[in-house]
Formats: sequence, C-alpha cells, structure tokens
Amino acid sequence: MNKLVVKERFARLLMYLSITVVLILVASIIWTVFKRGFRSLSWEMVSSLPGGGFYIGKSGGFLNAIVGSLYIVLASTAIGLIISIPVVFFLNVYLKSKSKLAYVARLAFDVLFGIPSIVYGAFAFTLMIYLGLRTSLLGGIIVETLLIIPILIRSMDEVAKNFPRDLLDASFSLGATRWETMGVVMRQIAPGIATATLLSVGRSIGDAAGVMFTAGFSDTIPTSLSQQTATLPLSIFFQLSAPQAEVQNRAYAAAVVLTIIVLIISLLGRFITNRFSKHKLR
Amino acid sequence: MRKFILRKFFANDNNEAFVPDAKFKHPDVAPELTVDHFNLSIEGSPILKDVSVTIPANKITCIIGPSGCGKSTLLKSLNRLSDTIEGVKTTGDIRIGDTSIANCSMSDLVELRRRIGLVPQRPTPLPMSIYGNIAYGCKIHGVSSRRELRKIVRHYLKVVGLWDEVKDRLTSPATKLSIGQQQRLCLARSLAVEPEFILADEATSALDPVSSKIVEDLFVKLKEQYSIVMVTHTLRQALRIADYVIFIYMGEVIEVGDAQQVFKNPKNELTQKYLSGAIS
Repeated sequence: MNKLVVKERFARLLMYLSITVVLILVASIIWTVFKRGFRSLSWEMVSSLPGGGFYIGKSGGFLNAIVGSLYIVLASTAIGLIISIPVVFFLNVYLKSKSKLAYVARLAFDVLFGIPSIVYGAFAFTLMIYLGLRTSLLGGIIVETLLIIPILIRSMDEVAKNFPRDLLDASFSLGATRWETMGVVMRQIAPGIATATLLSVGRSIGDAAGVMFTAGFSDTIPTSLSQQTATLPLSIFFQLSAPQAEVQNRAYAAAVVLTIIVLIISLLGRFITNRFSKHKLR
Repeated sequence: MRKFILRKFFANDNNEAFVPDAKFKHPDVAPELTVDHFNLSIEGSPILKDVSVTIPANKITCIIGPSGCGKSTLLKSLNRLSDTIEGVKTTGDIRIGDTSIANCSMSDLVELRRRIGLVPQRPTPLPMSIYGNIAYGCKIHGVSSRRELRKIVRHYLKVVGLWDEVKDRLTSPATKLSIGQQQRLCLARSLAVEPEFILADEATSALDPVSSKIVEDLFVKLKEQYSIVMVTHTLRQALRIADYVIFIYMGEVIEVGDAQQVFKNPKNELTQKYLSGAIS
C-alpha cells in the first residue's frame, strides 16, 4: 500500500482514538456521579437546610451549600469582570503592542493563572488574620475573585489581541475618544467575554481549596457578608469523607447538583454568546 | 419591539427636506487642507519627506504613486490616525482652514476628526446593526433625540443609495450586508457626522466592478458638498474621476497639479515613467 495512505490512515486513527477517550471520560464521569447521586437525591435535599445529625445520615438537605456557592460565584464573577474588562481594554487599546508594561503585565497574569487555588486560600487567610477578619462570605468572594481575575483577563486578552485595528480606526475617524471606543471593543469581543466568564464560573464554583480557609462552613444560609457560608465542593468533601455509606451517597447527590448548575450556566452562556456575536465583524 | 417602532417611523416618509444638526453645519467657505513641510518617520526611518501640498476644496484629489511610497501614511496623517502607528514621529504642520491638525490637543482632535471622514480600504462595519452603525457617530457627538437619529439614518442611507436595499432590515447586523453594501454603509456612516473632507484609502480596491462603479459615482456626486481625498492604485480610476493629482515617490511629492495637466503633460521625468508603467 502507498506510504502516504498508511500515514493518512494512521493519523486518522489517532484522532478517532483521542476523541473516543475524551468522550468516554466525559460519559463515565457523568455516569458515575449520576448513578450514585440520583439514587439518594431527593427534593428535600435541595430544598432544605441540614437538620441535626445530617452529616451522620439523618434528615435535611444542603440548600445552604447551593445558595452559598451561588452567592460566591455570582459576586466574584461580577467583581472580576468589573476589574478585568478595563485591564484588557487598557492592554489592547491604550498600550502599544510592543509596550514593556503590557509585556510585564501579561507575564504577571500568566504566573497568577498558574497558582493553585490553595495558595490563594492561604494568602487570603494570612491577609484576613492581618486585617482581623473571620472566615466569612466576604472572604470567600475575595479569594474567588483573586482566583478568576487572571483567567478572565488572559482569556479575554487572547480574543482582544485579534481585534481588527481597522475597527479602532473607523471609530476614531468618526471622532470617538478612546473611552467611547470601548463600546465598540466590547461588542466585538463579546463572545470572548462570555467564554471567559464561563471558564471562570466553572473554576470558581468547583473550587474547594480556596474557600476552605476563607469562607468557612455553616449549616445556615448567610444573611450578611460577615457570616460564614457553606459551599457545594466543601459539602461534597465533608460528606464523602464520612464513614457511613448513606452520607457518602449524599455527596454524590451534591455532585449531581453541582454538575447540573455548571451545565445550566454553560448552556446559558452559549445562548448569550450566540446572541451577542451576531454583530461581530469577521 | 425596536424593529416595529423603526418600521412605523419610517412608514410615514413624507420626503421633507433634510437639515443636518446645527452641530454639524459646514463653514460658509469650504476650507482647504494644507500640508506644510510635513515629515514623518517610523522608528527612525523616514516615510514622508518634506511634504508640502494644498488639497483644494470641493474637488476629488487623487494621491497616486507606487506601492510603499507613503500614500496611505500621508492620508492617515491628514486625520492623525497616524498616531496609532508605533514609533511614529512627525514634524511640520497640517492645517484644515486655519486650524492645525498635526499639533492640536487630544480634545480638539475629536472635533477635527469629525470634520475629516474616512472610508477604509476594506469595509469595516462596526459590530452593530445597520441603524446603529450610522447613528453611532451622531450619538458620540451629542445627538440624542431618537427622532432626529432616525431622520439622519434615513437621509444618509438614501444619499449612498442603500435605503431601498436595507429599509426593512435596519436592525439586522451590518456584517450581513454584501461587501459593496458594507462599503457604502461605511461611507454613509462617515457622512452622517457631516465632515468637510472625506478620505478614501483605496476605497474600491476590495469591491467587485459593479460596486466599485457605484462608489466611484457617489464620490463624483458628493464632491459638490464635500472635498474628497483618495488614495488609489488604479491609474484608470484616477483618470476617470480625479480633478487634482498628487504624485508621491519614495516619500516625496514629485508632482502636483490639475489632473488634466499631470496626466497629459507630466513635467517631471518620474511622473512620466510612472504613468507609462516603467516604475510601479
């Protein structure tokens, strides 16, 4: 057989194999979680707070963890976006592309990107001790914001770097200031913003290490920023490390809830991205 | 909902005469653009050398010359878009009427750029709807009345002959238009802030022959109210529509004059060579 044909077939086989591996992985994770979780998942679990003895297998649910996680994710994503969009805009529109400052800043964000969340947790913990703060919802929000800012900036930056310069010229030539041009930039990189937001939501909702030191854990839904709060990943962690099989199964139920939340958010993200990218100049 | 409101508004089109917003009124005497001993270098290497020309009002001025001779850079300098080039340094002056462009402050520049519109080489519709593209410039210059904005959008789309093609889909993305339509939209967008000058950087080079002809004819029609500066690669195009010609070679202005004179009786040897195709 022709050598080229063999090469071609081999390459194709490799591609099929790797895709199959990925698909099997996704399917088996979802299968395991859902198989063990659905059995013990009940309406009571997602709609009520932990009763006395919840962690040794008695009645109650983990609504507190669901709400706590959502509070932290929504707040940190909002704050993260408010901080990182101007940064991306500054890097790409105000600074020239060979600027030293831009180079150093991008390097710094890459370093921050690679730091594990437990280190952010430890850092925030030190900071909180220094400031005399206790573990609280606020602490959790701060540490998750720190965690996602590099993700937001770097993934939006990648999109913004390919921003067509002609578009800036078009806006400037109409007499727009750089600030007014931000509206144009935002519309053009809207799909990038949506992707970045999804990535960071995924990272912060699943993060256990960061919130362990900073948000603490509680059995109630926090009513103020200074109260401790439970989160889904920590709830899974505590229940999974219990000796009773009953409690361990509940951990899987919590994992199901977490997976469903992430799925809903990413589908919503897709929908919003499609809506916004219809105006994009290609 | 917005679609409905727009359609309702545009349904009672009573063809009343359009008067541009008072902010955008042209001066009584159309100004000239004067380039005065202008030098421009990028990271040390000179691109434009001692350029001195006067671009007349209400005419089509074509800047011609071989590739890489500095035509586009000169055009960009006219509305200071050259500022965005990295490592750029300029000396000398460029004036519109008596106002300096090359040496004005950032805040004056905004108004000056409004007075000098740009039609880019490749059409670049802003990432907005067709309506939004034209309203954008007016909005940033403080026209906020929706009624007024709608009038403006309708008027300028009619000027560029796009109205009948797009009146039913003003809210759809501008990027859905064909390339030729996009280019006319870009022209309408520039016109909407009533510039006195229109700069066109090979505005027809990315278009098909039919669209190209439409845009060319538009320029000829528009020169009654606007002064047009065009960079062009196609000598035939320059022959067809130019009133005034600037020939640049290696960053220097070689010959300037009425189109008839430059094309029929070029004084300079280099111009003769370029026109005969010996250098390109």
